[in-house]
Amino acid sequence: MKALKYLLVKEYKQMFRGYLIPALFVLVPFALTNLVPRIATQEVSNLDIAVIDNDRSSVSKRLTEKISTSKFFNFQSLCGNYIEAYDLLQRGDVDFIITIENGIEKNLYREGTAKMMLSVNSVNGMKGGLGNNYLTQIIMQYTKELNEETGYSMASPMNIRPRFLFNSQLDYKPYMIPALMSLGLILLMGFLPALNMVSEKEKGTIEQINVTPVGRLEFILSKLIPYWTVGLFIVGFSMLLAWKIHNVVPAGSIFLVFLFAVVYIMTVSALGIIVANYSDTMRQAAMMMFFFIIIFALTSGLVSPVSSMPDWAQEITRLNPVRYIIAALREIFLKGSTFTQLLPQFIPLCIYGLVTMTCAVFSYQKKQ
Amino acid sequence: MNIISVRNLHKTYNKGKTQALKGVDFDVRQGEIFGLIGPDGAGKTTLFRILTTLLLPDSGTAQVDGYDVVKEYKDIRRHIGYMPGRFSLYQDMTVEENLAFFATVFNTTIQENYHLVEDIYKQIEPFKHRRAGKLSGGMKQKLALSCALIHAPHVLFLDEPTTGVDPVSRKEFWEMLQKLKTNFHLSIVVSTPYMDEAMQCDRIALMQGGEFLTIDTPQGIINSYTDTLWTVRSDNMHRLLTDLRKTEGVKTAFAFGESHHITVDASLTFDALRQKLIDLGYQKIQIEEITPSIEDCFMHLQN
Repeated sequence: MKALKYLLVKEYKQMFRGYLIPALFVLVPFALTNLVPRIATQEVSNLDIAVIDNDRSSVSKRLTEKISTSKFFNFQSLCGNYIEAYDLLQRGDVDFIITIENGIEKNLYREGTAKMMLSVNSVNGMKGGLGNNYLTQIIMQYTKELNEETGYSMASPMNIRPRFLFNSQLDYKPYMIPALMSLGLILLMGFLPALNMVSEKEKGTIEQINVTPVGRLEFILSKLIPYWTVGLFIVGFSMLLAWKIHNVVPAGSIFLVFLFAVVYIMTVSALGIIVANYSDTMRQAAMMMFFFIIIFALTSGLVSPVSSMPDWAQEITRLNPVRYIIAALREIFLKGSTFTQLLPQFIPLCIYGLVTMTCAVFSYQKKQ
Repeated sequence: MNIISVRNLHKTYNKGKTQALKGVDFDVRQGEIFGLIGPDGAGKTTLFRILTTLLLPDSGTAQVDGYDVVKEYKDIRRHIGYMPGRFSLYQDMTVEENLAFFATVFNTTIQENYHLVEDIYKQIEPFKHRRAGKLSGGMKQKLALSCALIHAPHVLFLDEPTTGVDPVSRKEFWEMLQKLKTNFHLSIVVSTPYMDEAMQCDRIALMQGGEFLTIDTPQGIINSYTDTLWTVRSDNMHRLLTDLRKTEGVKTAFAFGESHHITVDASLTFDALRQKLIDLGYQKIQIEEITPSIEDCFMHLQN
C-alpha cells in the first residue's frame, strides 16, 4: 500500500487541475438546496376560482369574501350561471367553480343544511385534490364561525381537527432537502469516479498503471478516496446552506447524517467503478450511470412515497440504496430519530456498501 | 544468458476464431536489442501484452527476467519498462509530475535513477513545467521513454515507438536506444512496421500472421537470401509490373517505391529481359542487380 499515497496525490492534482469539476462541487449543492426547494414545491397556491352566487345573501357574500382572501385562491370572477363559469374553465382561466344555490341563507337558518356544488378541474390530480381540501377547510371554518355567531347549531358531518406531527406547518423544504442531498450525492459521487476510471481506459494511461506493481485495491481506493472526501464536504456544505437559507436543520444528530452519508457515498461511488470496469468508453459508462441514477431516483421515494407504490414495486425498491438514505435522512431531519431507530435503513445500506466495494475491486482486472 | 524465453505461445481472440499467435518460439539475450518486424496485424502487440503480463496466453510458456508471465507476474511488473504504442501518460500533469509519479509508484525517486534517463530527460527538462498534453510528438516520446526507464527496469518493451514519428526524431530515438544498450547493458525488445529500422537491431524476428518467419541477425537474414535480385524501371511502371510477372524466368515481382524488384532464374539475362521489354514497347528501361534489403527478405519469406 506504499504507492497509495502517491496515487492519491496524483488524483487530487488532476481533480483540481481544471476549474469545472471543483465548480460542480459547489454548484450542485447550491442549486439543490437553494434553488430546487423553492421551485419544485408541492404546496399548491394561486388556484384560480370562479364563484356562481345564486343567492346573493350576506351568508353567500361572506363566503365569497373568505375564498378570495385565502392565500391559496385567486378569485377570478363572479359568474351569473354555470355555463359562463364552465366556459372559463374550458379556456383554462379557472380550475375551480363553486356554485352556491339559491336560498342558501334561508335553508341554513330554517333547516340547518345548505347545498353547494364544487367543480374541480382534475387534469392535474394533485392540484385538484389539494385545492378541494383547501376549499373544504375554508367552508368548514366558515360553518364554525356562523355557528358561534348565531348560537344555532348546524349539523356538521364531522369535526376534524388535524394535528400534523414532526412538520406542523406541512413545510415542504425540510422534507425535500434531505432527499435532494441524496440525489446530488449519487449524481456527483456516482458519475465522477466512473468517468475518471473510463477516461484512463480511453486514454490508455491504465496500461501504464497495469504494468506497475500497484495493487488493484490500491488503485481502486485511489480512485474512490478523493470522491469520498469531496462527498463529505458536499454533505456539510448542503447542511450549512439549508440552515442559512431555509433555516432547516436536522432535528437529530449531525453525526448521524454524516455516518449515513459515508456509507451511502461509498456505495454509489463503488457502483460507478463497477460500471466503469465493464465499459470501454465514456459513452457506455455515462449511459449506464444515467440508467441507474434515473431508476434509483424515481423509485427512491423522492417524488412519490414508497408506501404508496404497489406491493411488488415496494419490494423492488429494496434493491435501491437511495431509498434507504432518503428515508434515513428524512427521519433524522424531521423526526430526530436515533441510531437504533434507523437500523432498518442502516443495515441494508451497509450491505450494499460492502457488496459494491467488493465487486468494484474484483471486477477490475489488470490482466485480460 | 537469455532474459526472455518464449516457448510455443498461442493466443486466440473471439473464442478461437481469430488466431493472433500460432505457436511462437524465441529467446532474447541479455543486453541485446531484439526487433519484432512485421506488418500491422502480425501479432506484435499481442505478444507484447503477454510478455508485459497484461494478457494471458491460451497455451505455451513465457519467461521474462527469469519469471513466468502467468504465475510470477507480480515480480515481472517490478522489473520491466513498457512503452505502449499510443502515448499514454497523464496529459493533464506536467512533464516533471509524470516522471515523479512513475518513479514513486515503483517505490523509487527521480534522483536515484537519474543517470539512466539523464541523456533523454535533459532534452525535455526545459519544459518540465509544461503539461504532457502540450508537448510536441517527439518530446512526448522522450518523456514516455524516460517514464518507462525511471525505475531502472531490466528489460524495456517498446511497442511501435516510432510509428507516426518524423524521420529525424526516429533516427534520434534509435540513437538513444543504442546508447542505453551500450551504457547500461539494457535488454530492449522493440516492435516496428518499418523494415529499414530492422538494421538497427542486434537480432530480429520477421513476423507475419501470428507466426515468426525467421529469427536471425539482420545481416544473417540478408545473407541467407539466395535468389538473384534485380531492380527494373521504365516509363510505364504500372503496366510493367503485370508484364514482368508474365515474363518467363521471372519468379517474383513486387513494386518497391520507384522501382520494381524481381527475382529471376539463372536462365534469364539482363539483355534478354531488356529485349523482351523493348518488344513490348517500353522505353527508358533500367535494369540493375542489387543486394537485398530486409524488406526483400520479408517478401521472399512471405511466399
